[in-house]
Amino acid sequence: MESIIHLGLLGLLSVTAITIIRLRTLFAAVMLSSIYSLVSAALLVTLDAVDVALMEAAVGAGISTVLMLGTLSLVGRKEKRPVRQPLLPLFVVVVTGAVLVYGTLDMPGFGAPDNPVHRHVAPRYLQESGREIGIPNVVTSVLASYRGYDTLGETTVIFAAVVGVLLLLAGGSRHTEQNEVLGAEQSATFDDRVILRVGAKMLVPFILLFGLYVQFHADYGPGGGFQAAVIFAAGFILYALVFGLKVAQRVLPPAVVYLCAALGVLIFAGIGLTTMAEGTNFLDYHALLRDPQDAQVAGIMLVELGVLVTVFGAMITIFYVVAGRRRSRP
Amino acid sequence: MSIPGDFIYWIVILLMMIGFYTLIARANLVKKLIGLGIFQNSIFLLFIAMGKVEGGTAPILVAGEGVTYSNPLPHVLILTAIVVGVATLALGLGLTIRIKEAFGTVEEDDIHQKDESF
Amino acid sequence: MTVLVLEGLSWVLILAGVFFMVVGSIGLLRMPDVYTRLHAAGMTDSIGAGLILLGLALQAGFTLISVRLLLIWAFLLLTNPVGSYALARAARAGRVRPFTVPERD
Repeated sequence: MESIIHLGLLGLLSVTAITIIRLRTLFAAVMLSSIYSLVSAALLVTLDAVDVALMEAAVGAGISTVLMLGTLSLVGRKEKRPVRQPLLPLFVVVVTGAVLVYGTLDMPGFGAPDNPVHRHVAPRYLQESGREIGIPNVVTSVLASYRGYDTLGETTVIFAAVVGVLLLLAGGSRHTEQNEVLGAEQSATFDDRVILRVGAKMLVPFILLFGLYVQFHADYGPGGGFQAAVIFAAGFILYALVFGLKVAQRVLPPAVVYLCAALGVLIFAGIGLTTMAEGTNFLDYHALLRDPQDAQVAGIMLVELGVLVTVFGAMITIFYVVAGRRRSRP
Repeated sequence: MSIPGDFIYWIVILLMMIGFYTLIARANLVKKLIGLGIFQNSIFLLFIAMGKVEGGTAPILVAGEGVTYSNPLPHVLILTAIVVGVATLALGLGLTIRIKEAFGTVEEDDIHQKDESF
Repeated sequence: MTVLVLEGLSWVLILAGVFFMVVGSIGLLRMPDVYTRLHAAGMTDSIGAGLILLGLALQAGFTLISVRLLLIWAFLLLTNPVGSYALARAARAGRVRPFTVPERD
């Protein structure tokens, strides 16, 4: 039964992907890639990866679509008709695919409990984390405690990407024409956007509340700093799309957002340094409180807060610079 | 009815190759980035599919003995990979915008024509 | 007895929901332009998804799960019309002309 659902969803993914290649209207291709992300999120749920599915739905179907659309309004919506025959790429792709499929023949069967991946490390997380960390969601305890170094690294990578985007785009070009899709100025009077405004006003608080739930319920259910941050960012971007970039930037000035992107990494690394000052290893939370389980829970909460602040700051910063970019005249 | 479970790997490889093809065969930079997204997504699916245990459930501990959980480790890796993915996408889009401003086009062939050093 | 009635009722609701979704999808494929397609999909989605969620809530019984399902429905009832409106508005702003039957004379 389950494999039929997998097959159906994978079929939908393949059809969507093939349609994306064939379309030359980039606008439609971007919308389809958003649908692609949503379907793959459904597939991730059936594969038991609920945390990942939450992330994929918020990032793939939400934020990256908005960023792509913002870019399209700056670079044009049409793809040119290809001039070359794509024989060489096709050959490369077919050969690579054949090699990879040949590789899967030696792989252990799908879903077998005694596969090599399931023998090492993972059993320890599943059996011991309940006692050592004291929270039910194993993904959260691995992410924030057992593999805290990795997560600190990833958070730093996101911060670095924000710095890169700011270096590329923050200057602003001299020729002026406002980004029509995202940055258009709206008059404050009541116009035919009233339905959108009222709808957004009703939705945004609940989206933000859900973000907080995902953040603080991460110990018991799917969620965590990464997911909460992108849900928060998606809610705020919705607000900015409906009410205009100017209004959004008055609510949350760019300087504050830039500060957020840096502050989260500092919180994360600061906790590591605090634990070192207390005489234990970097990011070993046992130094924080006397009871080992309480210490772990407190450490995880603080670290997830750092992740939330950085990722939220990063997403909004990127949105601000892409949406605020003015189109250059040719 | 039983279908061999390995089909999931093969379709994921098909998706990966579709993304790869878009990445190398298409000249439009935005289209390349969309292809990169499909490629990335298929790798996420591959990792998560490897972590799946037959008859398992999401790795959130519940009371009681004998519950099978899927492997949490790939979930953690992919969770962070998705955020890094959107960060790299943003960087790519930023480069695309700058290329458009410098060359007036985002088609690879036209860029090569305008770039004397190439 | 009650279990059987609840089970039957939930299946009727789910099948009715599926029927509306299928009708909406056919409309999405067969209608001639953006506005009529939106009409077909937007209207049937609200009722179809609502019925399916209600049926699932009956299956779950008096638990937190059914509360969540009903919350999802409430959310859909808000987002679906607003989304459809936004789409139609965008189509009009993009100067998509509504489909009309060509006049014969």
